[in-house]
Amino acid sequence: MNAISPAVPAPIGLLAELTHRCPLRCPYCSNPLELDRRSGELDTATWQRVLSEAAELGVLHIHLSGGEPTARADIVEITGHCARLGLYSNLITSGVAGALQKLEPLADVGLDHVQLSVQAADAARAERIGGLRGAQEQKLVFGRRVVELGLPLTLNAVIHRGNIDEVQAIIDLAVELGARRLEIAHTQYYGWAYLNRAALMPTRADVALSIAAVEAARARLAGRLVIDLVVPDYYAKYPKACAGGWGRRLMNVTPAGKVLPCHAAETIPGLEFWHVTEHSLGDIWHRSPAFNAYRGTDWMPEPCRSCDRRELDWGGCRCQALALAGDAAATDPACSLSPLHARIKDLAVSEAATEVAPDYRYRVIGGAPAAARQEEPA
Amino acid sequence: MSALTPLSVPRLPRGVRMRFDPVRNSQVLLAPERTFDLDEVAVAVLELVDGQRTIGEIAGELASRYAADKAEIEADILPMLSDLASKRVLET
Ligand code: SF4
Ligand code: SF4
Repeated sequence: MNAISPAVPAPIGLLAELTHRCPLRCPYCSNPLELDRRSGELDTATWQRVLSEAAELGVLHIHLSGGEPTARADIVEITGHCARLGLYSNLITSGVAGALQKLEPLADVGLDHVQLSVQAADAARAERIGGLRGAQEQKLVFGRRVVELGLPLTLNAVIHRGNIDEVQAIIDLAVELGARRLEIAHTQYYGWAYLNRAALMPTRADVALSIAAVEAARARLAGRLVIDLVVPDYYAKYPKACAGGWGRRLMNVTPAGKVLPCHAAETIPGLEFWHVTEHSLGDIWHRSPAFNAYRGTDWMPEPCRSCDRRELDWGGCRCQALALAGDAAATDPACSLSPLHARIKDLAVSEAATEVAPDYRYRVIGGAPAAARQEEPA
Repeated sequence: MSALTPLSVPRLPRGVRMRFDPVRNSQVLLAPERTFDLDEVAVAVLELVDGQRTIGEIAGELASRYAADKAEIEADILPMLSDLASKRVLET
């Protein structure tokens, strides 16, 4: 089980979390509750070395993310390095604060694609969710500029109770801005989203309406706007292949240089992560204990072990299994075949049924509430 | 966006590019959030997609290169290019 399988394919994508700093405070942020501080961030030369190693290893797409990646003073240098290596660079940005100023220099050094987040279509709502006044207008100006520069624009909206009735308006906004793609991503309950789950969980009826709106728009806008839909786990029949399967497609490098199989992997106790300052990326991909822990199917319990979907969804999400089942090696309770599934669904239904959603606990550096971690019955 | 015809002039928009992947020893088409593995035919077609040639001209070039029937090639590549256009990785 610990032997390196010769068949481990090369990773396709690398999520570079350049910094955890962000002017927004979204209550569903997938960053960990313990955010890295600026003083611990990797320097420019180290990021460039990591990117060179990624290209050599076979990575094709680099997702420049955070936090807000344009908060890094060297974002243009880092992006230019991607372009020189032939790596496809994707800037995942909130579009606020200094982002607009950096956009043209980024386009000039060869940035390939921009993914802009919007919190809602209505400005007042969007700004309540993101926790920053004046953000919406900045985002719209930024998005228009992306299109003016000829760069492909994807709009990304995380969907939850506070904006689920706006899915149609968000689709209209994407068309109006000239986006080529739109991601309607129902909240995944990790990190801050797990903490805020009771405030975010939509009802099943609203989920169904939102999916219908996407399907109708897809037909209407074929050839103009591609809409990718991430459906909510708790109401699904089968889980998603988390990150395309553990250690199969993606690597995630944190601001401080730790390399994770998925962005929430640090919530799993006992996993040993390797660091880019101590190992090469190739070494980490093939040999680090964390990447091998849940790679393939050998680690699987029943019902996954004998299930014919095991190489489709790879047993779902390990972090969700830990959070909901108390065991990272359990079948993801989002799966209808999990013995815990009924309980999870009931929980979602009861949270969504509260008349007034609880207040958000906004994302803040150094502000992770002490007793707020996994408090689910196991 | 209207359907593609032999007179359409396709091009890869900014943010979509073909490159050789030495690790997997194949050509790939890189696009926002996705990678398309390309077979030999797709590579031959996309190498001629330059924003100048019409689809008919592309078919003509391939027909003479492979000594094949132009109409047949056109009928093969139109759906392939239309599919890429519907995914918004090809424009006219
Ligand atoms: S989800 Fe919101 S708070 Fe988190 S990094 Fe993105 S924009 Fe910032
Ligand atoms: S039992 Fe496991 S492999 Fe089968 S569908 Fe559920 S999570 Fe996937």
